Amino acid sequence: MIVGDRKPLEEILEMIKSYKKILLLGCNECVTVCAAGGEREVGVLATELNLVRMKDGPGIEIKEHTLERQCDYEYIDQIRPFVEEYEAILSMACGAGVQYVAEHFAQKPVIPAVNTTFLGVTIEQGVWSERCQGCGECVLERTGGICPIARCAKSLLNGPCGGSSQGKCEVDREVDCGWQLIIDRLTGLDLLDRYDEVVAVKDWKTARDGGPRRRVREDLRL
Amino acid sequence: MRLNYPANLKVVKVPCTGRVDVLLMLKAFESGVDGVCLAGCLEGECHYLKGNLRARKRVEYVKKLLDEVGLGAERIAMYNMSAAQGQRFAEMARDITEKIRALGPTPVKAGARAREQGPRPGENEKEKGGE
Amino acid sequence: MKTMSNIERVLSGGGFVVTSECGPPRGSDGEVIRRKGGLLKGYVDGVNVTDNQTSVVRMSSLASCVLLKGLGLEPILQMVCRDRNRIAIQSDLLGAAALGISNVVCLTGDHQVFGDHKTAKNVFDLDSIQLVGTVKQLRDEGRFLGGDEVHGRPGLFIGAAENPFADPFEIRARRLGKKVRAGCDFIQTQCIYNVERFERWMLEVRSLGLSDRVAILGGVTPFKSVGMARYMKEKVPGMDVPEELIARLKGVPKERQSEEGVRICVETIKRLREIPGVRGVHIMAIEWEEKVPEIVEAAGLLPRP
Repeated sequence: MIVGDRKPLEEILEMIKSYKKILLLGCNECVTVCAAGGEREVGVLATELNLVRMKDGPGIEIKEHTLERQCDYEYIDQIRPFVEEYEAILSMACGAGVQYVAEHFAQKPVIPAVNTTFLGVTIEQGVWSERCQGCGECVLERTGGICPIARCAKSLLNGPCGGSSQGKCEVDREVDCGWQLIIDRLTGLDLLDRYDEVVAVKDWKTARDGGPRRRVREDLRL
Repeated sequence: MRLNYPANLKVVKVPCTGRVDVLLMLKAFESGVDGVCLAGCLEGECHYLKGNLRARKRVEYVKKLLDEVGLGAERIAMYNMSAAQGQRFAEMARDITEKIRALGPTPVKAGARAREQGPRPGENEKEKGGE
Repeated sequence: MKTMSNIERVLSGGGFVVTSECGPPRGSDGEVIRRKGGLLKGYVDGVNVTDNQTSVVRMSSLASCVLLKGLGLEPILQMVCRDRNRIAIQSDLLGAAALGISNVVCLTGDHQVFGDHKTAKNVFDLDSIQLVGTVKQLRDEGRFLGGDEVHGRPGLFIGAAENPFADPFEIRARRLGKKVRAGCDFIQTQCIYNVERFERWMLEVRSLGLSDRVAILGGVTPFKSVGMARYMKEKVPGMDVPEELIARLKGVPKERQSEEGVRICVETIKRLREIPGVRGVHIMAIEWEEKVPEIVEAAGLLPRP
């Protein structure tokens, strides 16, 4: 899922300082799974903001509401009946959700409460780790199911570099060396010969480098 | 045991401190209390195995949040004791009362929010029991 | 001969190559690099110039190479993949050739987290093996990566680095194989202290048939003190410093330790010369360039061809 981190309280307070009545919008999907912006986090943030504004003034009225998703207009539409009553929307969704809410309510300031970071997985409750960078050309078959773009700090296709040490990355000794993982996996699958192939330069057009991306399925369009 | 403890302590009983989550602790402060303490079973003796350990982690987290909002981490604390330790309970009550008295009343004015929920006369502290 | 490279010339004549290294200044004063180059002149066949090593901004390797060429030295351009995409890389390779530089060493590059600009974006459009392939394609096929024809092929002798002591140890020789298949002409290794272990690596390299296809230059670095030796042993990943060398340095009074360090270095070079498949030595005496002439002479490597 998409993983994010709630912004520091100070930053959020600064962004909403001129508002006295806001709608705090959570999301029930990815940000709920990584405990950054779901219903529970909405409750905690609303209480924190209220405590500060009660203490230091001016008071604030916060409506808490959590949508199933903020990346589909059918759900965003659900707030249409009452959105007018609020001066601004503080959204705890990922960057995609925040933007989509803003697109649908162009007259309302929409403020992000979460820093969206990566596409990842749940290692255990409370720990999430990056796995994919959406490069648009998946090479996982070649590397035993471990992504060299996302899990190697330098996105090397012919890794490892000279900085790999005891299975850890030079960038952070807590981070696994992606290429050590790949080599171990290929060895375990008896496929280490794949390692000898010199992988050609990557076509980054399908990644962010090619420009904002879009996908269309004509057969599904109404 | 008929030991005395300060009258400004409001006791809320729960089956296990593990039931007390972050939002509940924060909402207590929002309602205007000056301090919160949790009394849970001795570590390793939780009736539900790990509830008191989860509670401790959450209390540590709420301490950070209280510092963030400017109320102060000292306003919440967790104590561990067994059902038989009446002395310890009284000790905890005196301890937390002293600590909160020294910090002074909560800077959060009850304000519009508390008025919505109705007045809570004379209440300074809330306490949640274990077992 | 594929190029005008002095390294290639010495190798094709069957000689034992000697290269060294210098780091450019953190400013625009060319005198710094000229002074370092001056210390090495006449003692080496080529001089590497590092490329923003450890992600610390320094005068560009390309500019520094040009300054060294002006002194009559043979520059070796080090190029990392961290800071440039394939467009800038190919452009710089053409520029280097136009300025009379005949050697390039293709490296991945240390991550920017090590340097003084930790908030920078990194590039890594290519990796070091693809960079080797790029230089080869420009030089031997006269084609850009995009497919168009190169008008004026760059005559660059292609080098790369390898660390026989790095993790994962079991694939280091195979990785060398990838560099060779990509088109590498010479390799400079990370500094060697554990000669036995290096000999085992060379055994594997020879069994893969690689030492016939690529010229391997063994890296050496003289210890300045026992403190430096310990630091390298304990704090630098991918470094194998045998305990006996630490003991040797410890057994000598402080003011004589650098002398002992140089002695160890010279001994290492002499042992490397005996290993089949080792075609030269790469002396890395960063910020101690003045010792290189002494080391080269004591190792019996003068005069240079």
